[in-house]
Amino acid sequence: MNLVFETSRPGRRGVQAPDLDVPERDPRKLLPPSSLREDPAELPEIGELDLVRHYTALAHRNMSVDANFYPLGSCTMKYNPKVHERVARFPGLAVLHPMQPDSTAQGMLAMIRELESLLAEIGGMDACSVQPASGAQGELTGLLMIRAFHRDRGQPGRDEVIIPDSAHGTNPATCTMVGLKAVEVATNKRGCVDLEALRKSVGSKTAGMMITNPNTLGIFEENIDKVAEIVHAAGGLMYMDGANMNALMGIARPGDFGMDVMHYNLHKTFTIPHGGGGPGAGGVAVKKILEPFLPVPRVIEKGGSLAWSEEFPKSVGKITSYYGNVNNLVRGYTYIRTLGRGGLRRVSENAVLNANYLLARLKREFPVAYPRYCMHEFVLSGKNLAKETHVRTLDVAKRLIDYGYHPPTIYFPLIVPEALMIEPTETESRETLDAFADTMIKIKQEAQENPKLVQEAPHTTPVKRLDERTAALQPKVRWTRPA
Amino acid sequence: MGRAMALPQDLKYSETHEWIRIIEKKDPKNKKAKPELIGIIGITGYAVSRLSDLVHVDLPNAGENIEQGHAFGEVESVKTVAELVSPVTGKVLDVNKEAVKHVDLIMEEPYEDGWLIKVKLNDKAETETLMSDKEYEEYIKTADEADEKEDDEEGEDEEEEEIDEGFFM
Amino acid sequence: MDYVQTTPAEAAEMLKVIGVPDLEALFKAIPPAVRLRGKLNVPPGLSEQAVLDLMSGHARRNTPVSEFDSFLGAGKYFGYIPSVVDALASQSEFFTAYTPYQAEASQGNLQATFEYQTMICELTGLQASNASHYDGGTALAEAIGMSIEHTDRKRVLISAGVHPASIRVARSFFRERDYELVEVPLEGGRTASLEKLIDDRTACIAVQQPNFLGYLEDLDAVSAAARRAGALSVAAVEPISLGMLKPPGQAGFDIAVGDGQPLGVDMMYGGPTFGFMACRMELIRRLPGRIVGETKDHDGKRGFVLTLQAREQHIRREKATSNICTNQALMAHCAAIYLSALGKQGLPKVANLCLQKAHYLGDRLREVAGLKPAFDAPYFREFPVKLTRKPADVISKLLSKKILAGADLGRFRPEWKDLLLVSASELTRKEQIDRFATELNEALR
Repeated sequence: MNLVFETSRPGRRGVQAPDLDVPERDPRKLLPPSSLREDPAELPEIGELDLVRHYTALAHRNMSVDANFYPLGSCTMKYNPKVHERVARFPGLAVLHPMQPDSTAQGMLAMIRELESLLAEIGGMDACSVQPASGAQGELTGLLMIRAFHRDRGQPGRDEVIIPDSAHGTNPATCTMVGLKAVEVATNKRGCVDLEALRKSVGSKTAGMMITNPNTLGIFEENIDKVAEIVHAAGGLMYMDGANMNALMGIARPGDFGMDVMHYNLHKTFTIPHGGGGPGAGGVAVKKILEPFLPVPRVIEKGGSLAWSEEFPKSVGKITSYYGNVNNLVRGYTYIRTLGRGGLRRVSENAVLNANYLLARLKREFPVAYPRYCMHEFVLSGKNLAKETHVRTLDVAKRLIDYGYHPPTIYFPLIVPEALMIEPTETESRETLDAFADTMIKIKQEAQENPKLVQEAPHTTPVKRLDERTAALQPKVRWTRPA
Repeated sequence: MGRAMALPQDLKYSETHEWIRIIEKKDPKNKKAKPELIGIIGITGYAVSRLSDLVHVDLPNAGENIEQGHAFGEVESVKTVAELVSPVTGKVLDVNKEAVKHVDLIMEEPYEDGWLIKVKLNDKAETETLMSDKEYEEYIKTADEADEKEDDEEGEDEEEEEIDEGFFM
Repeated sequence: MDYVQTTPAEAAEMLKVIGVPDLEALFKAIPPAVRLRGKLNVPPGLSEQAVLDLMSGHARRNTPVSEFDSFLGAGKYFGYIPSVVDALASQSEFFTAYTPYQAEASQGNLQATFEYQTMICELTGLQASNASHYDGGTALAEAIGMSIEHTDRKRVLISAGVHPASIRVARSFFRERDYELVEVPLEGGRTASLEKLIDDRTACIAVQQPNFLGYLEDLDAVSAAARRAGALSVAAVEPISLGMLKPPGQAGFDIAVGDGQPLGVDMMYGGPTFGFMACRMELIRRLPGRIVGETKDHDGKRGFVLTLQAREQHIRREKATSNICTNQALMAHCAAIYLSALGKQGLPKVANLCLQKAHYLGDRLREVAGLKPAFDAPYFREFPVKLTRKPADVISKLLSKKILAGADLGRFRPEWKDLLLVSASELTRKEQIDRFATELNEALR
């Protein structure tokens, strides 16, 4: 398939720019000639129809939730409701300048404030800010607040954060950004944080612990209350990575099991579309002790109306330039109001039901990393298959593509060899789950009878397996016109 | 590749899979002076085989100081980045620009043309803590066996022990 | 409404297959003491129509910019967005797709991103671009981080002409690191005194082009000063202006960043937008976020993959250059479609429209008693005027006339307290400008 530059032809035009209705002056008289561009940027020259064909063809080379089952563990690829797209495009919600006077954006201020209080309630927390643009930004905000908290209490020396060895890569990466040291703690045979190991890791340097619950193995930390106790007793705070909240809504609240601060991935639990990699939206919810440190600005009530305020002297500052990914907050808010208290709970119940059903269908075919009922996701290991047939998890994943499935998350968490992390979500029907399970079993048979078929997969995609080494060795990251 | 190569006997090896060749450089004009100690450092064939598919290497500049046990650079493959840990303390004299330009050289000749840096050593005694070729060979053999054993053990546990009662009913 | 398809009868059957008597058995691992008793204190659920009504209600309590004559810019611009942008970007294969980690199943996304990266390189005159960052502010913060890592120095100079929000985001970003962020003051509305402040401890100097006041900086002088000191130079640029202005790469800059909203993205009350980041090729391994590279498949066919992933958080973990995971991929696709639709001829046209309208605005405002241009410097699409009345009062008065007069700069710096920043876009019409001048005259009497 051509690149858009290869379809371009000199002189072709797409759209017509608006008209000039004021007298035209020579730019060289208005600006210093040395500040002007000599040659225009080599952008495409393509008519509107060919541009439409180009992007439509690109779309056909892509999997998506609307077309394919995406059991990506830890990503919560649930259905993205169409009503959200309709609402997000209301001019009264989309065509607003962040600096326009507060009096002209009362609806937006009210919605943001209400969303913050809904997210606080769902998490069992006292306050929330939806300013972070992603989960990782939420983590950054959370850790900045923890640091600020300890400094405020005269304990700047607390610079260690305990992180389970099963954690998502953003956790230790965020620690580094905030000048904190990540201290790893082991997972025990039941797939939970090892309490003994934890006791040995806490001390006077502990700023806190970052934990995901349910964890990245899809298992609820059954000793979470003891974990929180140990960390609190050492003077640290508990941070929860809320990536897996899809298992807990209406069932258990992080604030009730000892968490002091958490982030939400609104693009996971609250079905903001993944957009091929973003934009998402984070949200960071806190207990009262951390409220003064939330990022600014915050919505306050002033003289009968709502306004943005920066009067929060202990705040960690601005995390994004304005108020966060507001148009995505509109989607998340719409979703929460659509679900309501009953729907939130039913979502989590069915997420857990679907995951356990799929696990039940596959547990005799592939080793289960931790043989127990799971929450909304579970981890299998492709190790035995690899040993027996030399067909690895990577190959199984690629072969699933031939059957029209997006592969599950692979090789994560790092503590499970040849890991396959599967999260069906609550929006899938039973037939989809059965068909997927049947396909996994079929691929296992293929691995045993005709391993090459699986090792050389995918066979039906526009491109076969790609050479990642060359891409990294001699990075070619832009198109260049051939000489 | 890499792993199958015989270990050169004249090198010393570190636990983090670097090797060093020590050269004594005598000053022809001053026979009484102590010889200068030059170390040539690279990574072992075992390291190369574990990393596989090298794509990039980051090395320090000549003139920089490096410390035993501390990182002096990085080697990157498609899927991982690994630190290069210095086996000695000293000052970098020269950097193998060819290897930086063509990382394949490191994979094909890790002990010869794929060397990484040349350093001026401060203290020869530091090298006493490093391993001989026989000791290193034992070391990697034990590491491999431990890995395999762990894999086997894990396999056993998974098949026998269910955590929730009735899970495998 | 919860989008769950499973019926209660099906659920019962599924429980049998799982081998548990009821759903409760699956939640056994949760300590009873921490289970939620009762219901969440959240309103009951709504039907689709009810939620549409609810959201219309929220929307009605806002006034979109399109209902004003707007002269409010300051980094977010109400511009022409071709219809193809939303039509193409909202194809479900783009917006309900996941991150393209499985390259063979995501060639559409990867190729579109590769094309986007190419366009950003073309606009900025640099050789490598990433797949997008959250916004202009965080992109700038990351560029500063790159410079610190590259030079191994800890002192950073930021021009006071950089967007105040970006400066604040950078300060939050580096709150817990021991870096020194020093502001370079403006003189006559433009960056000055660089020579006095730059030294061999400086990791980088960051300026904005056009700057926050709308004025043009001397980019060549800045990059030269940086080079002399062994520091990197970072330019935060307004992307439409690159249709007309010399790109940072040509002016000797090492890194260019910016907020991409003007490239076919609605303002959306500030987000989502996207930040673009481009740099010289030697710095590519320090670039945070995802990068798409071209390669071949096993049959020799051209294909695209995420490359240099070893730098990212999911591999390097605590050694990663940044913690970014989700970016703003969809917005970057919007920008690529926008740039393709306008094309090589179209973008310079839009840039020229902004220039011409802003200068017509400048001419008309010069006739208004009670205000004068704040400084005498060349500007592209916006400029500050000094008012004889408090800008906040003027803005308020004009609001009742359905005019968004501009940005009250006193909110950002005390020395700007009498200044109003006014801007024009390709959509600003002559009669709107004429009316603005008339109403300003009234308001300043």
